[in-house]
Amino acid sequence: MTVEPRLAEQNATVTLPEPFIKWFGEKGWSPRAHQIELLARAQGGQSVLLIAPTGAGKTLAGFLPSLTELANRPRRKPGQAHRGIHTLYISPLKALAVDIERNLGKPVEEIGLPVTIETRTGDTPAHKRQRQKLVPPDILLTTPEQLALLIAAGDAGRFFEDLRYVVLDELHSLVTSKRGHLLALGLARLRGFVPGLQTIGLSATVAEPDELRRWLVSQNPLGAMAGLITVAGGAKPDISILDSRERVPWSGHSARYAIPEIYEAIKRHRTTILFVNTRSQAELLFQELWRANEDSLPIALHHGSLEVGQRRRVEKAMGENALRAIVATSTLDLGIDWGDVDLVVHVGAPKGASRLAQRIGRANHRMDEPSKAILIPANRFEVLECRAALDANYLGAQDTPPLITGALDVLSQHVLGVACGAPFDADRLFEEVRGAAPYAGLERETFDRVVDFVATGGYALKNYERYARIRKTRDGLWRVSHPRVAQQYRLNVGTIVEMPELNVRYVRQGRGMAGRGGPVLGKVEEYFAETLRPGDNFLFAGKVLRFEGIRENECVVSNGVGANIIVPSYAGGKFPLSTYLADQVRGMLADSDRWQALPEQVADWLRLQKEKSVLPKRGDLLVETFPRGNRHYMVAYPFEGRLAHQTLGMLLTRRLERANARPLGFVATDYSLAVWALDDMAALFKAKKPSLAALFDEDMLGDDLEAWLNDSWMLKRTFRTCAVIAGLIEKRFPGQEKSGRQVTVSADLIYDVLRSHEPDHILLQATRTDASAGLLDVSRLAEMLSRVRGRIMHKHLDQISPLAVPIMLEIGKESVNGGANESLLMEAADLVEEAMGQR
Amino acid sequence: MNFSLARTSLIAQADLVGIAGERAVCDPRGVLYFPEFRLLAVSDLHLEKGSSLARRGALIPPYDTGATLLRLQAVISDYQPSIVISLGDSFHDGGGAERMHASFRERLEALMAGRDWFWVAGNHDPEAPADLPGETVRELAIGSLLFRHEPSKLRIEGEISGHLHPGARIVQRGRSVRRRCFAGDGGRMIMPAFGAYTGSLNVLDRAYAGLFRLDTLMAYMLGADRIFAISRSMLRPG
Repeated sequence: MTVEPRLAEQNATVTLPEPFIKWFGEKGWSPRAHQIELLARAQGGQSVLLIAPTGAGKTLAGFLPSLTELANRPRRKPGQAHRGIHTLYISPLKALAVDIERNLGKPVEEIGLPVTIETRTGDTPAHKRQRQKLVPPDILLTTPEQLALLIAAGDAGRFFEDLRYVVLDELHSLVTSKRGHLLALGLARLRGFVPGLQTIGLSATVAEPDELRRWLVSQNPLGAMAGLITVAGGAKPDISILDSRERVPWSGHSARYAIPEIYEAIKRHRTTILFVNTRSQAELLFQELWRANEDSLPIALHHGSLEVGQRRRVEKAMGENALRAIVATSTLDLGIDWGDVDLVVHVGAPKGASRLAQRIGRANHRMDEPSKAILIPANRFEVLECRAALDANYLGAQDTPPLITGALDVLSQHVLGVACGAPFDADRLFEEVRGAAPYAGLERETFDRVVDFVATGGYALKNYERYARIRKTRDGLWRVSHPRVAQQYRLNVGTIVEMPELNVRYVRQGRGMAGRGGPVLGKVEEYFAETLRPGDNFLFAGKVLRFEGIRENECVVSNGVGANIIVPSYAGGKFPLSTYLADQVRGMLADSDRWQALPEQVADWLRLQKEKSVLPKRGDLLVETFPRGNRHYMVAYPFEGRLAHQTLGMLLTRRLERANARPLGFVATDYSLAVWALDDMAALFKAKKPSLAALFDEDMLGDDLEAWLNDSWMLKRTFRTCAVIAGLIEKRFPGQEKSGRQVTVSADLIYDVLRSHEPDHILLQATRTDASAGLLDVSRLAEMLSRVRGRIMHKHLDQISPLAVPIMLEIGKESVNGGANESLLMEAADLVEEAMGQR
Repeated sequence: MNFSLARTSLIAQADLVGIAGERAVCDPRGVLYFPEFRLLAVSDLHLEKGSSLARRGALIPPYDTGATLLRLQAVISDYQPSIVISLGDSFHDGGGAERMHASFRERLEALMAGRDWFWVAGNHDPEAPADLPGETVRELAIGSLLFRHEPSKLRIEGEISGHLHPGARIVQRGRSVRRRCFAGDGGRMIMPAFGAYTGSLNVLDRAYAGLFRLDTLMAYMLGADRIFAISRSMLRPG
């Protein structure tokens, strides 16, 4: 454990209240050094960041300052007013809040503390919320969205007046998204209510602890930081890569080849968690495991699209150790304590070293015993990636994404929320907002534009003054102009905007669309449902379902049969390869000494590549060209992740089109990118029309990107999210779809109109910023292009190289929608029309 | 500038569709033009929809009226019709014409000048638009055609209507494409909504039940610069 010496001396002076000492004694435990340290610092008035691995008693440490203070507080006399909330606990997941209530309730009860603990989430019934307002618990466990709602209530200032601590759990995962922005703004508001408020952040290990330390305290003065306590990792995890007896496939993500070996591993262990990267992989793996499940072991499935009741049943069974294995996606990703897991299987590459560490932390929640994990690469490149991740984990490398500047759509939402709570003074609110770390660099002009947007839409055409949502009154304060505004705000709070989804409604077979009243199995994206034809079979909730049709907001299904099954794809949940791992993989390719650690068949593959083509140096970009059939192919290996490659692919094809190379298409994976054309691209490069260097020049990120971006579906999709968060359009609620498309205005139409009439509107700016960072990964592409300048290695071949085989196998593979295909949807529309026209 | 020449070539390129014996140009921008009567029909402009929603708290961009008028200007300048029929729901609500920005009103009046302009009453705008020229009618018969806002439940030969905002969807090679469309069965025609903020409702929706002869129903989907005539068997709901 590393602590700052200045404060460590105080430890001796910290004494736990008597009942706590007794309790520790009864348990045969003694408080851990970091728990005492944190208590000492909190008592000294400091805000603290605690970085510790799972199993280090983080939760108890985080609550110790609150519990000891509450233990010493005089009891409320009858007739005295109820006291406000003492401690607010905020976690990214509802399930985590529920879990903490259970875990914290136990010691509180055993110690005999007069402390009330309650959760408040989207699932909390209205009467309980009402009661919580009147009789608040001492400790309230909640989520960022609920905090935003509490702040927007008229009595917020009074409700929080007794607040002492805010405990932020899983801080590393909270801060990287727009939810983190919303939460940071909420914290700033709380500091406005209670200036002496202290925060305690609990986090897994991160690359830049200072970022989180700044996040926890007001950035006025700029750069202020919370204290830091770091607990070194426990026993090193025991991680291996499956060295399969079977042949590792060239491409694909199913890892079907390894099913018998995975099943054997499940049989050898008590409880196994199998992690996959996407929901569709989860469905496939679950199906395959049951096919292999000769002993009928209890194996369950858990992912975010399943119906809530079913998820809760699985979680409960898990807690009771009634399951032998569970197939899960990131919904189970965070530090929830689930029974006695003794093996983590990771199917597919883990994509980021930190994510891998987190997931492995799931097994064996005791620090001093090694966690056990097996990585199952689904294809050959994933073998390299798994190896790199594994090396990184032993090295303790970290690669959490860098924090991004606070989003303006979230700020808009917050400004409206503040106004719903109480009239505000713009100068004071600006200062308060700048106290939140993500907004520390916010300029006044931008803030004023946000306020203008909240008030009247912020359009150059000043048409909406009379419909303003907030107005500046004579006393200089901004007020909500109508109670309806606050109602609308409450319905739309939050930053998680789901893509349009349909309920999957089960009806009896043979009833077709006439069937009614069966159970809802979960949700699928509308995009997916739209590609189905009645009679299609698809995999969902671990069942084969027959698509009957779409009825209003429901996708009607019946029992299906197992031929030609389609797996739904979900736009979310596809992580790109992290920068760190990408670099490691490139390093491994370049260094043949490191191939010894790889399975023989994979090492052979690389040797063959070296023989037939070439392997790039670590910092170089290899571009191969070769003819095949009557087409010409170009394959590049940047290893920058699928998103960046997709963007690159779009831009390269635009440029090749201009060079009259007649490109026909491209496909992108996490590792490489293939473009095919009718003309010989190698000949073009040779004649410098253009040269390869010119083709990959960074200037593609200028006009080419701009021109493509404006028509891209990705920008529209991002716009929709921004517009919902900013409160321009309302969230869709189940049932509202019935009102029909002709009544509401779709975000796409608004986007088209706004783009052509006011391209500099603040919401379009926010959209472009988001898209560049998110779906397009422009920054990563920019870094890559700058890195490889002058270092592009062109290899012309007579035929396909071994390294090119995986991506060539992806070509023409019609994975159902999602991913790269979705980006082509716009283009495909034209194709379809052409085909239709020639009927 | 030779308008008649421009018009002739447009008509030669575009798809001529038969409605109750009359021939019309189905323009991919969403209007119908009857060369014989030099008549242009447009439906569901929903002008001032933006400000109408803004009144209720959704401050969506106030540029829809401008955008819609700009597109209307383009088709009118191409065809130079002597009669224009706006088939109802021309304004999103009764107060729309009054709220309209002065510059837009001027543009609209300039478009109307020198033509016979008919405002067909719609459910959103049952009254005549305030202070605008043109004649407000419930329905209008010309030749064998009958123009009205809502399609009647009885099948009437030659009826041209709007109101439902028809759209169509196809799935091809696993890809879904949805567009606004004209929907016609040879006897009647329902026009797509023209307004910038108007969505569409699938022609397979219940709302269209009984309106068409199903065996001859076609969706004329709006492409970027041409119409795609798709038969009913190819269409998908949703």
